[in-house]
This record gives sequence, structure tokens and C-alpha cells, in this order.
Amino acid sequence: MRALLDKRLLFVTGKGGVGKSTVAIALGLVAARQGLRTIVVELASQERIQGLFSENGEGEQFRELELAPGLFTISIDPQQAMEEYLRVKAGTLGQALGSSRLFQAFAMATPGMRELLSIGKVWELAQLDRRTRGAAPYDLVIVDAPATGHGVGLLRTPKTFADIARVGPIAHQGQAIADTIADPEFTGVIAVATPEEMPVNETLILADELARDELTLDVVIVNALYPARFETGEIAALQDALSKSRSNLARSALRAALSEHARAATQREQRDRLLTRVDGRLVELPYVFAEHLGVAELEVLADALEDAL
Amino acid sequence: MNVAEILEGKRVCVCCGSGGVGKTTTSAAIALGMAARGAKVAVVTIDPANRLANALGLEQLGNEPRRVSRDRLAVGPIDVKGELWAMMLDPKRTFDELIDRIAPDSGRAEEIKANRVYRELSTAVSGSQELTAIAKLYELDQENEFDLLVLDTPPSRNALEFLDAPGRLNSFLEGRALKAFLRPTGFGVRALGRGALPLLGGLRRITGLDLITDLTVFFQLLGDMTNDFSERAAQVEQLLRADTTAFVLVSSAAREAVDEAIWFGERLASDGLPFAGVIVNRVHHDLLGDREPRELSAALAGTLTPSLAGRVSDNFRDYHVLATRDDHNLSRLATQLDARRLLLVPQLDDDVHDIDGLARVHRYLFASQVDRERLIADLVA
Repeated sequence: MRALLDKRLLFVTGKGGVGKSTVAIALGLVAARQGLRTIVVELASQERIQGLFSENGEGEQFRELELAPGLFTISIDPQQAMEEYLRVKAGTLGQALGSSRLFQAFAMATPGMRELLSIGKVWELAQLDRRTRGAAPYDLVIVDAPATGHGVGLLRTPKTFADIARVGPIAHQGQAIADTIADPEFTGVIAVATPEEMPVNETLILADELARDELTLDVVIVNALYPARFETGEIAALQDALSKSRSNLARSALRAALSEHARAATQREQRDRLLTRVDGRLVELPYVFAEHLGVAELEVLADALEDAL
Repeated sequence: MNVAEILEGKRVCVCCGSGGVGKTTTSAAIALGMAARGAKVAVVTIDPANRLANALGLEQLGNEPRRVSRDRLAVGPIDVKGELWAMMLDPKRTFDELIDRIAPDSGRAEEIKANRVYRELSTAVSGSQELTAIAKLYELDQENEFDLLVLDTPPSRNALEFLDAPGRLNSFLEGRALKAFLRPTGFGVRALGRGALPLLGGLRRITGLDLITDLTVFFQLLGDMTNDFSERAAQVEQLLRADTTAFVLVSSAAREAVDEAIWFGERLASDGLPFAGVIVNRVHHDLLGDREPRELSAALAGTLTPSLAGRVSDNFRDYHVLATRDDHNLSRLATQLDARRLLLVPQLDDDVHDIDGLARVHRYLFASQVDRERLIADLVA
């Protein structure tokens, strides 16, 4: 995992609802603790990460914001990324193009263009010599990538554009980004899954798809794993107590215990399905029993991640 | 209130919600329940878990609904009076079929499907699943084979695009303007004025010629069909706004999912789309009530070893944290949306992946108010 943080660009992906953003930010905390100037990038203008750190989540849209010492975040908007790209690449002409409604409609209607623009901005953030004037470089860029299916599409987009365009600036830029993504020294892919059937299926499919594109899945993070509180041998005792107890409260608690044991067991079956596939690259994160996932809980997850490094 | 009441007189039920909240399962349970009550129902799902797909007979990817056989349904405890049909959406194929249907002739359809931009990018990108789901829904509605269509939609971040789908079809194909723009010597450039030429030059300079050629052809091909697309988009929108359509939000009681549901509810309201209710899955009901956690140790003493009793208490305390969290989030949901339209399904012991499981979820969704209260009371007592 140390090697993971030696990279400069990390994509965190996984099925919706598995805690991708949480993991991305916890990983960001680990990196920042180790002295890396780190930025966590949200795509598709979600702007959720800010909200994790401040209840009001106010602040400027689509700008680099410092959340904690050494930890930044930005939410990328494709349209704004396009305007910035055109301004930098084509000067006044680009500016004129960027503000043309017709051109905007054209660019945004082009299949894949939003993805290309978003990943282009990610690539820019990961460069030591940033295109944006006066912008300081980052040691590590962590992308809170879209859900699995779309995530692979995102990684593939630059190559696709490069192939279609063949020559010209888009082909160039697309190829440069594709090369960066394909470079295992530079780029890493992390899949997050909760130990349930669908997220595990998607992770296995993701591993296959990445392999097909000659990309590697560096680490799989199993998130929200219930603690194994009860041994299978203890279940009979719990059931016995349930049938005998005359206290409603005790029965509720016993039923909750049996229920959690069942879920924890199912979770471990699912985790084992992952283990057979990604042996040695599996990191477990505990279920956080908290009313609200705030900075304190994120720090707990960061501790767990750091231990696994 | 229950699902049967919500869907009284409806022909379309669109289930929306963020990822991982049990949307597919809920859609299937709704369809099963309505079929049980005598309707001919088709559920269109996006991506069911393997075992659920097997339970519904969806092993083969077909782009048309298939009937779930009586044998399969007979496994469960529900007597199904009507018919349950299910299909898994194949976005690529639906997209192709859409082109086939709208293209003026088969030659044009083949040309579009062979275009590199279409082939490489049309289905890989975000939004295509949403677009095709809605296209399929419309098509099935037109065919009028079913009493009720239940649509399981992609997760809600993208459902924003899904709601925009009809509009997107239009803007995607603001064909006239684009065509004019792309034809350097045509009437369009003259109409757009002198500004267009440098823009076009700039566009070519920035994007590279080959890409532009492919894109030009792509947009021209589609652009010729703009009228059909617009008409279709308008009809789809009409379907989504109809009195006979119900949008059901699906959520869990976790904070992010509830945030999404609230956001989605507001979005439905501002778009004038018919919001019918919220189904909240995986609810941790309060098992403690007005009792004290301390009482538990006493109640457990003697029946279990101290170590085991301690862990049962720990587990119960953790469970109670989640119950408190859920309660808090649910009251927020009830305040923001209509509290009377909240249907709660408790956290079940395992993932739902068969007809039996669907029947269990179904019990909570279709129970009368009185029965529901009894089900919850059973859980607590």
C-alpha cells in the first residue's frame, strides 16, 4: 500500500452506495498525514465532500479548496473544464469558442466529451507543471470516480478519442492522458465494495474489464464489514436464550444479535469471493456504527487504512 | 397507505433512488405484488443480482419481457392471480433498435450504426442507460400489452440525466443548428453570419480533422431525423407526466440515501412529475423504546455467559445507534416530503435474492396500515 501512495493519480471506483467518497477522503487523510499535498477530486459536480467537512458546505464552486492541512478538494464541472482548456490551449480564439452557445451545445452533445473533459482536468491536476497559471502541483490526486460501469468508461475515454481522432490536438491530448493512465508507476485503480453480492459482482467484472484494457486493479477495499462478534458455536446458546427469555428487551437484543451474526456470515462469504480473486490486495474497513459520518469517523477509517499500508 | 393504493389506476411505476438502496429488489417486489392482485405486470430492470435474475428467469439477456413461469412463482408463499413478466435492459441493443425505428430507411440506420462515433461512444457514456431505459418504457407503453409497467432506473446521480432524457434527445439533436454549423459552405453558415467561419476553423484546429469528419457525419445522420426525435421526446415527456404514471422513490435510512431521496423529491416537484411515495429499505427500527440499555444486562444475566451477554449488549448498543440515526433521517425525510407517503421495510437478515425474499419484502409493501403496525410490533417484542 505504501507503493499505492507513491503513485500520483488514484482512481477510486465501485458500485453506487458502497462508500466511494468516504474511502477516497479517508485515503486523502492518510496521504496528507504522510506529508503529501493531496487533492480529492469529485466528478460530475457532486460537491458532497465539502459537506463532510462543513455542515454548510458553502464556498466557491469548482475551485480547489483546502479541507485540512495538506488536503484539498475540487468538484469538476465538464463545461468549466472545457472553457479552461480552450482558454489555455487556444487563447482568445478558444475563449470565443468557449463562450459560443453553439459550440458548447456541440461539445456537450458529443458522446464522451464530458468524460474526456473531466479526465483532462484530472490529468492537469496531476501534472507537476500545471497548465493553470500559478497553480501549485500536487503530490497525489485521488479521484472519487463514477460508479463502476461508468468508471471504466471514464478511464477508457481518452484512448477512444485518441483512436477516433487519430491526428490533431484531441488525438494528442487523448493519447497523452491514455499513456498516463496506462502507466502503473503513475496511476492506480482502487475498487471499493461492500461485502454484498452486487458490489462484489461489479468488482469482479471491473477486474476483468481493467485487465482487458491492460490496466491493473491495485487494491480492493471491502468497506463496512460487520465485526465477527459471535462464534458459530455460540449461536445455539443465543437461540436457546431467545426461546426461554421472558424479557422483551432481552429477546429484542438476542434477535438483533442473531440477525447481525447472519449478516456478518453472509458478508464473509462475499468477502471470500473477492479474496479468491484479489488475494493479497484486499483491505478491510469496519462498519462504522455512528449517527453521522463526520471528521472523527473519517479519521478512524484513515487509521484503519494506514494500518493496512 | 400501501403500494397497492399508491398504484391504483396507474399504468407506469418508475422507481428512482441512489445506488445500493435495493431499488431492483423493490421494483421486483412491487411487480410481484401487483401481479398477485390480478394485473399483468412487466418489470424492466437494469442490473439484477445473479440470483435474483435466476429467480425471475432472466438468465438470458433478452430485450423483450418474458413471462415468469407459474412454477417459479409457485415456490413462494404468494398466490399470483395475474401475470408477472420481467426483462433486463440491454442498453446497446435498445439504442440500436431506437435508431432502426426512427431512421427513414434501413440504409440510413445501418450508416448510423456503423459510424465510429456512434459505435465507440454512444453506449459507453453516462446517460445512455437512462436514455435507453426511458425509450424502452415508452415503447412498451405504446405496445399496450401490460396493465402496469414497473421501471427500475439507474442510480439517481444519473437519474438527473434520466429525467432530462427527453430534453437531452432534443438538445442532442439540435440538428438544424449543428448541421448548418458543420456544413461550411451551406446555407447555415450564411445564416449564422461571419462569426461561424472562424469558429469552425477553430473547432477543426482544436479537435483534429478526422474526429470532426466522423462527428459531422454522425450529427448529420441524426440531424436529419430531428423531427422524429423531437416528436418522440415530447411523447415520452407526456407519458412521464401522465396521471397514470407514478414515481416511487426508493431509499435506505442512511443519511446520503435520504439526502438523495429529498433531492429527488424536490426535483420531481419542480419538474411537475407525479410523485407517489417513498419506500425506505433496511430500516433499523427502535427496539429499545423507553427502556434503559442498563436493564438489558439484568435481563440477560443468568441466561448467557458474561462474555456472550457482554457482546450481545455491545451489539444491541451499536444497533441502537443505527436505529437512532435512522429515526433522525426518517423524520427529516418525512418533513421534507410527504410523511403519509413513507413506507418502511425493516433491515432483513440477508440479501433478497429469490421469490421467497421478494415475498418477504412484499409483505411490508402491501400490508394494510394495521397489519404493518403489527409486523413492526412483532419485530420489537
